[in-house]
Amino acid sequence: MSILLGVLVRWGVSFNSYSGAGKPPMFGDYEAQRHWQEVTYNLPIQEWYFNTTDNDLNYWGLDYPPLTAFHSLLCAHVAKLINPEWVKLLGSRGYESPAHKLFMRATVLAADLLVYIPAVVLYCCNLTNGSTNKKVGTLLCILLYPGLILIDYGHFQYNGLSLGLTLWGVLGLGLGWDALGSLAFSLALNYKQMELYHALPFFCYLLGKCARQGLTGRGLFSLVKIAVTVLVTFALCWLPFLSDPEQALQVLRRIFPVARGLFEDKVANAWCSLNVLIKIRSILSSDSQFYLSFAVTLLAITPSSLKLLKTPTFWQFKLALVNSSLAFFLFSYQVHEKSILLAALPVCLLLNDLPLVAIYFLQVSTFSMLPLLLKDGLLMPYAVTSLAFLVLGTHLLSALERCTEAQLRLEGYRRLAAWLPAWLPRLDLARIIRRKFYSSLVLMVGLSVASVALPPPAGLPDLFPVLVSTFSFLHFLGTFIYFNIVQLSTPQGKQKTL
Amino acid sequence: MAAPVESSGWFPALAIAVSLLKCLFINAYHSTDFEVHRNWLAITHSLPVSRWYYENTSEWTLDYPPLFAWFEYGLSQAAVHFDRGMLVVENLNYASPATILFQRLSVVFADLVFIYAVKECCTTVREEKAAKDLLRRPCFVLAVLLLWNFGLFIVDHIHFQYNGFLFGFLLLSVARHLQARHLEGALWFSIVLNLKHINLYVAPAYGIYLLRCFCFTQDNTDGSLRWRSFSPVRLVSLGAVVLSVTAASFGPFVAMGQLPQVLSRLFPFKRGLCHAYWAPNFWALYNVLDKALSMLGVRLGLLDVAGLPKASMTGGLVQEFQHAVLPSVSPPAALLCTLLAMLPALWCVWRWPSGGRGFLRCLVQCALASFMFSWHVHEKAVLLAVLPLSILAVESRRDAGMFLMLATTGHYSLFPLLFTPAEFPIKVLLMLLFTIYSFSALRNLFSGEGSLLHPLEALYLLGLVAVEVLCEVVFPLSPWQRTLPFVPLLVTSVYCALGVSYSFVRLYVSLLTQEVTEKTKRL
Repeated sequence: MSILLGVLVRWGVSFNSYSGAGKPPMFGDYEAQRHWQEVTYNLPIQEWYFNTTDNDLNYWGLDYPPLTAFHSLLCAHVAKLINPEWVKLLGSRGYESPAHKLFMRATVLAADLLVYIPAVVLYCCNLTNGSTNKKVGTLLCILLYPGLILIDYGHFQYNGLSLGLTLWGVLGLGLGWDALGSLAFSLALNYKQMELYHALPFFCYLLGKCARQGLTGRGLFSLVKIAVTVLVTFALCWLPFLSDPEQALQVLRRIFPVARGLFEDKVANAWCSLNVLIKIRSILSSDSQFYLSFAVTLLAITPSSLKLLKTPTFWQFKLALVNSSLAFFLFSYQVHEKSILLAALPVCLLLNDLPLVAIYFLQVSTFSMLPLLLKDGLLMPYAVTSLAFLVLGTHLLSALERCTEAQLRLEGYRRLAAWLPAWLPRLDLARIIRRKFYSSLVLMVGLSVASVALPPPAGLPDLFPVLVSTFSFLHFLGTFIYFNIVQLSTPQGKQKTL
Repeated sequence: MAAPVESSGWFPALAIAVSLLKCLFINAYHSTDFEVHRNWLAITHSLPVSRWYYENTSEWTLDYPPLFAWFEYGLSQAAVHFDRGMLVVENLNYASPATILFQRLSVVFADLVFIYAVKECCTTVREEKAAKDLLRRPCFVLAVLLLWNFGLFIVDHIHFQYNGFLFGFLLLSVARHLQARHLEGALWFSIVLNLKHINLYVAPAYGIYLLRCFCFTQDNTDGSLRWRSFSPVRLVSLGAVVLSVTAASFGPFVAMGQLPQVLSRLFPFKRGLCHAYWAPNFWALYNVLDKALSMLGVRLGLLDVAGLPKASMTGGLVQEFQHAVLPSVSPPAALLCTLLAMLPALWCVWRWPSGGRGFLRCLVQCALASFMFSWHVHEKAVLLAVLPLSILAVESRRDAGMFLMLATTGHYSLFPLLFTPAEFPIKVLLMLLFTIYSFSALRNLFSGEGSLLHPLEALYLLGLVAVEVLCEVVFPLSPWQRTLPFVPLLVTSVYCALGVSYSFVRLYVSLLTQEVTEKTKRL
């Protein structure tokens, strides 16, 4: 029944407008997906990633790995059956109609039903603790996470597919089926290159596990099995492009656009927020920007990855996923605000264990996308789903009651506090966090209302998006530090049972 | 009943959740009823009261009683802040985003009355064994069955009407009667009667029950009436309540001498026996039988084809038409049938009143009887029977079984209201959600008392799935789509009519046998 409710809410949101509705000449992500269907259907594979007369890369050129292209091809075949006008080469640019919208929304729903939702269900049934009621409550909350629903069914993307595949990967690893898990994750990587945010934890976890089993003998065997699975998956996906090195290179160039600058638009990460104070983009050259972000990201993910390598338990793995994706989001190159979804997925997995912080983070993550949602005209679904998520989350998971320090896994702080000189005040972290939660909620509501109702002052046209992104950045940074503390302070010998 | 602290918050959570869900469907398909209400907003706002019932620029003239017109007038004061364009009478089919937003939100807010009424109903539910698990408590199940009722949801928030608001008053009056606060119950009922005159159908139940249990204050020891205990004071106070509400509503129009015009608008008998889409009642079966007999007659050469009336009963127009073989039905005949159908139930309440629950049963019977036999019934009227039956369903196993049958069939018969492809997943999902919940929750409530449904009943309900697939998936792709486009509606209507008629008969049987067993128990 929760599944039904989740699907119902998704379809309800899909009634609203999509990215770039009625906005020629470039439209938005919706038109991009439709264009890819057109391109993959009509052109031979060799031309998909190249700039030709038929395939103008400036008009939404393909910039995701091959699996997305194959998926678009599949959708295009279906579209052709229903109405060939939708994918006519060059003739269908900017095509918009209610029937077409229904079709596109249906493709997203189909992908979700096949990949994402079963993964969530299996995860909640097998890998969460608690009574059946608790499990169902967690399932409902994960399915109702507003960010994913709004982006996939409102703005229009296929994140459900890539996140779903990643979740299958996590499931596989959680249940001990390492090869299948890595297969799923490789597929996810081949669907969207942003899944690289999750790649390091997968790598460290599997490596650590194999090391545990002994680097000679069983460990080596598992390692080889996993490596072979990954390589074969990649080979299969890239098969049409491996015949010519130029093809492969072009694909790589498209999916990793290093020429595009440190960030675009207002995004809640470190560089954009720093830019408010110090204009980084103008100070440093493009190359040094790249190296700087690379270095800082590496620095940010090192503690978490090392800890995971040392103690490869499932709990550590989940925490590492969060930390790694947050680190990449905060410090990496050319990050979009939608990438927060990559961090949101692992946090959803922690809903059962750390409800308050998880709900807090998920609310802020949805809020951080407010400027994007407003541009798409998705204010009402945003308000409704955020409120619903908040109400249901705090109610079903009794988040506000379960926040003693022990339950927030802050034993590490306790130990640290024991070392501090006596005159520093002992902070009651639980109460602080709860107070911050309430005040943040008030602030978020206030900022949302202000963004809609008040016109920005003349000298600062981007005031509200900047405020939103800075607010979100501070919260994400706080969450990042928190999760790092939690991960690093878990005692060495503690094996968290599934 | 010691309730743990956290469980007191479940009712607001349920109410908020369903309200938020309603807000999601603001941009969904809305029917001509949307334009109807917009027109009424315009009429009540822009025109003087004397013109309200004479105005006919639009085909959707004001055909609800005056109290509803006052309600629309109140709404129009708020509408001014959203979009003045909707208040111009000449703006036919005006549907700007602000208009849609305002009207949809007005339904959501009007539902607050309904939510309050459901809360009151939940307090009247008898709980024999206090279950520890919240999900198994009758009041929780009732709250979900009422707040998340599928029929109410799609009719109000997608098709667009104000039934939640109206049913709120009705359920509130029922709750008051169950709590033995009869005068208040009468007040709420007069209000709802003046809001939508379809509630006249259940007025006999109210009348007989109040007369019997309120005006006659005492019974003899064997349960029969003690004529001496008639209390004129109570009768007068009852009359005063009803008359004052009616006066407040109709008063201005009587003063202006417009009463005949108002009545002619309220009771448009020019419309045909059946709506364009046949409500699944007795007349649907009657029509089909007539058609079948006429075709049979033509086949066997007993009838002359030229002599048969040409007008198609299933065409989209609501005209009067003649039956070919069976006698034609006129409004007085339909009224007579309805009254005859209600009579046994009213007699039961008069003879052996069993308190509030007996009254509720009688109310459901009257509502269902009027659905079955009345003139120009809309399929939405089945909700008038389904919603009160929910209260009975969480208390007794037999009622639960009948509720499942009636509710599922009734809700399915509402499917043709949402015929656009985009709404197809919604209605299927919502229907599944409600049906699965009602079956599992009621089964849990009465676990250990035997199954709720007879195997044949279960088979019939499963047949609904087959009908749905046939009508919405197979038929549009078949060659008959063009030649016989009315077949899906016909099939749905007739199939549901069978289910509804069966529930009607079974409810009656249960009512009568219950009275007989109670009588023999007393003797």
